Amino acid sequence: MTGNPDFTLTVDQNKYLPEGGQEVHAIVTVEASGVPAAGAVRSTSAAEVIIIDTSGSMDYPRTKMSAAIRAAQTAVDSLRDGVAFAVVSGSARARMVYPAGEQLVPANPQTRQEAKAALERVRPAGGTAIGAWLGLADRLFAAHQEGIRHAILLTDGKNQHESPEQLDAVLQSCAGHFVCDCRGVGTDWEVAELRKVASTMLGSVDIVASPNDLVADFRAMTEAAMGKAVADVALRVWTPQAARLRFVKQVTPSVEDLTGKRVEAGPRAGDYPIGAWGAESRDYHICVEVPPGTIGQELRAAWVKLVLPGAGGGQEQVLATGNVLAEWTDDEAQSTRINPKVAHFTGQAELAEAIQEGLAARKSGDVDTATARLGRAVKLAHESGNEAIAGLLDKVVDVEDQATGTVRLKKNVDKADEMSLDTRSSKTVRTRKGGA
Amino acid sequence: MAATTEERACPICDLPVYPDEDYCEACGHRLDAPVPRCPGCGGSTISDGYCEQCGLRQPDGTDHIELEVTGAAGVSDRGLRHSRNEDAMALAVTADGVAGVVCDGVSSSTRPEDASRVAADTGAAALAELRAAGQDAESATRTAAARAAEAVAALVGGDGDDTQPTEPPSCTYVSALVHGDAVTIGWIGDSRAYWLPESGEGAQLTEDDSWAGQMVASGALTEEEAERHPNAHVITAWLGADATDAEPHVRTLTPDTPGVILVCSDGLWNYYPEPARLAEAAPAAASEPLEAARTLTRLANEAGGRDNITVVVIPFRPQTPPSAQPTQEPAR
Repeated sequence: MTGNPDFTLTVDQNKYLPEGGQEVHAIVTVEASGVPAAGAVRSTSAAEVIIIDTSGSMDYPRTKMSAAIRAAQTAVDSLRDGVAFAVVSGSARARMVYPAGEQLVPANPQTRQEAKAALERVRPAGGTAIGAWLGLADRLFAAHQEGIRHAILLTDGKNQHESPEQLDAVLQSCAGHFVCDCRGVGTDWEVAELRKVASTMLGSVDIVASPNDLVADFRAMTEAAMGKAVADVALRVWTPQAARLRFVKQVTPSVEDLTGKRVEAGPRAGDYPIGAWGAESRDYHICVEVPPGTIGQELRAAWVKLVLPGAGGGQEQVLATGNVLAEWTDDEAQSTRINPKVAHFTGQAELAEAIQEGLAARKSGDVDTATARLGRAVKLAHESGNEAIAGLLDKVVDVEDQATGTVRLKKNVDKADEMSLDTRSSKTVRTRKGGA
Repeated sequence: MAATTEERACPICDLPVYPDEDYCEACGHRLDAPVPRCPGCGGSTISDGYCEQCGLRQPDGTDHIELEVTGAAGVSDRGLRHSRNEDAMALAVTADGVAGVVCDGVSSSTRPEDASRVAADTGAAALAELRAAGQDAESATRTAAARAAEAVAALVGGDGDDTQPTEPPSCTYVSALVHGDAVTIGWIGDSRAYWLPESGEGAQLTEDDSWAGQMVASGALTEEEAERHPNAHVITAWLGADATDAEPHVRTLTPDTPGVILVCSDGLWNYYPEPARLAEAAPAAASEPLEAARTLTRLANEAGGRDNITVVVIPFRPQTPPSAQPTQEPAR
C-alpha cells in the first residue's frame, strides 16, 4: 500500500529501577507525518455518516434544530469528492435523511446538493435511542470496511428510549467498525453516557453549549476526518513472561484508558486499537510490572510496535517499533530520577480523575470530597500549565490559592460550565518544556 | 512406550528433523551449529538482542574479552554492577614496539559502548600506521587521538535505541606507545596509565581530566579530600561531538629499568589507585602480561566490580645497554 504517512515511535522513560523494583513506566510518542494535503488525491478511500438528533426536544429552543441542520449541511459541504456518505436522523428510531435507501453514496456536487435539500425537510419529533442510531450507521459502514470510516453523532438529550444494556450491546458490536466523534448540544444530555460512546468508538466527546457554535464545530470535525490517511492502526505491546501489563493509556490529546481494549496478538503480545491517523502525534502511557531482577541486569519490559492491518486480509505491516527497558541499579541517583514526561502525564491523568470525582461528589451533595478533589484539580492544572482546564475550574470553584489547591465551591454554577468542565476534564496538554 | 528410533527436533523451530540431515528443512538452521540460549530462561528465540521469552538483554560478546599480541595483553570485563561493558581496548604491534589503547564510554551519553569501541580501534590502528610511516611518537600519539575523536564525533545522529535523547556518544581515551627505549602516553579523560618497575617505586603517568584531578593538580585539595567529594569523578574532557577540547595530554618517558606499562579504566583504579598496590597485586606482570591483566580484573571484581574493568599490560625492557639488564627474570 502506498501513500501511508511516515510513522515514528519514541520512548521516554527512566529505565533504572532500584533493587527489587518492579514497576516500569514509559511515555510512547507516536507521530505521523508526510500526509498528503487535505485537497490532494488520496489512495485511501473514506466513508462518512452524519447523525443528528431529531427528537422533539430539538425544537426547544427552535434554534437547536435549525443550527443542527446548518451544521450537518456544512459537514456535507466539507466532504471530499468521492467520499461515500450518508445523513441519518435520530429519534426513538433511526431514519435515513439521505440517501433514501440504506446505503452510502459518493460525494459530488449533485449528491451534496440533494443531501442538503433533504436536511431542510427534517422535522423534530419523538425520543432518543442512541443505540439505534449507531446500529444504522454500522449497517451503512458494513460495505465500506476498507479505508477511513468516520461518524459524527449529535444529541441534545439522554438516551431515554432504550435501556443502558441495549446501548452497551450495540456499542460492543459496533466497536472497531468505525470512529465516532460525539457532540452534546445544550445541557440536557448525559456527559458520562456520551463519553462512553465516544471512548468505545475511539472518538472525541465535547459540549456545544450554544447551538450557534455547531457549524464551526462540524466543519472542524469533518475536515479532521478528511485529513486522516490511514485507519485501524494498533499499538502492539509485547511483555516478557511473568510480567504484567498494568495499563496502556492514551494521554494526549485526551486521557483514554485502552487497557480493556486489548486483543491478543501472538505469544505475550496484545493489540490496542488507536484508530485513524492523519498528520498528528499522540502520547501513550504504558506501565508494566516485571519480575524483580538483579543489579546490572537489563530487561526489555515492553516491545512496542505500531501495526497496520493488511488491506483485504493481506500481510500486516509494522510501521515503527520501540523498547521500554528496565535496568536494575544500586546507584540511587539513577533509580530515583523521575522522567519529566512520565511525571507530567501521570499528573494529567490524575487531573481528569480528580475533576470527575469532584463533580460526582458535588452532585451527590458531598461538599468535603468535592472541595478536596476539585482543589487537587486546581493545583494540578496550575502546576502542569493546563490553562484550558484551569479556566473551566474557575467557573465552578472560587480559588483561594492555586499552589496549595485551596478552593471553595461556588454557590451558583451555570449548568453549561459544569458540563464543559466534566466533558473536557480528560483533555491534556503537553509539558511546557520540550514536550513536542 | 519405549523410544525406538532416535527422534530429533530442530533446536530453533522445534519441528522434527531426520537423523542424517545437516540443515532443518523448515527453518534452514544448520543442525550442528550451536544454538544461542538465553542465560536467563534458556529460551532460544532472540530478537534485536533481547530474549523473546523473558525479555533479558543478551550478552553481546563484550562481557569478558581477552586480547594478546606480541608484547602486550589485555582484559576487558563487564564487572558486576553494570548491564553492559562500555569499556573497550585495542592492541597493535607497531614498527618498533607495540601500542595499547583503553577507552571508557561515558554512561550518561547515548551508545557509550559504540564510542569506546570506535575510539580504541581507530586510535590503535592510527598509531600502527603513523609509526610505520615514520612519524615521531608524540605527534603520532596526538594524531591518533585526534582521529579517534573525529570517529566518535561522527557517531552522532546514528540510529540505535535512542530511548534517552541526551548527550551524543562519548568516551575517555588513553594510549600507550612503546617505541625502542621510550614510552609515549596520550590521554583525554580519566582512564589512566601507570609505570610499574620490577624494582623501585612506580608512578601514575596520567593526570585525570576530572573534577578531583583538577582540584589536586591546582593544589586546592589533597587527593583524599578531592576523592571524597561527590563530584570527584565528573570528567572535564572527553571524546564526543559535544567535546570542546579534545587535545590530548602527551608525555614520554625513558625508563632505565625493566617493568610494565599498565593502562586501565577507572573500574580498576577506583579500587587500586596506588602504583605500589598494583605492582604488588601482579608481581609477575612483566613475564605473564595476560595473567597479570586477568588477576587485576579479578581483584577489581572481588572488591565490588562496580564499574566496567579494562586492564592492558605492556612489558617494557630497556634495549641498551644489554649488559646492564638484571637476569633473575624466568625464561619466557
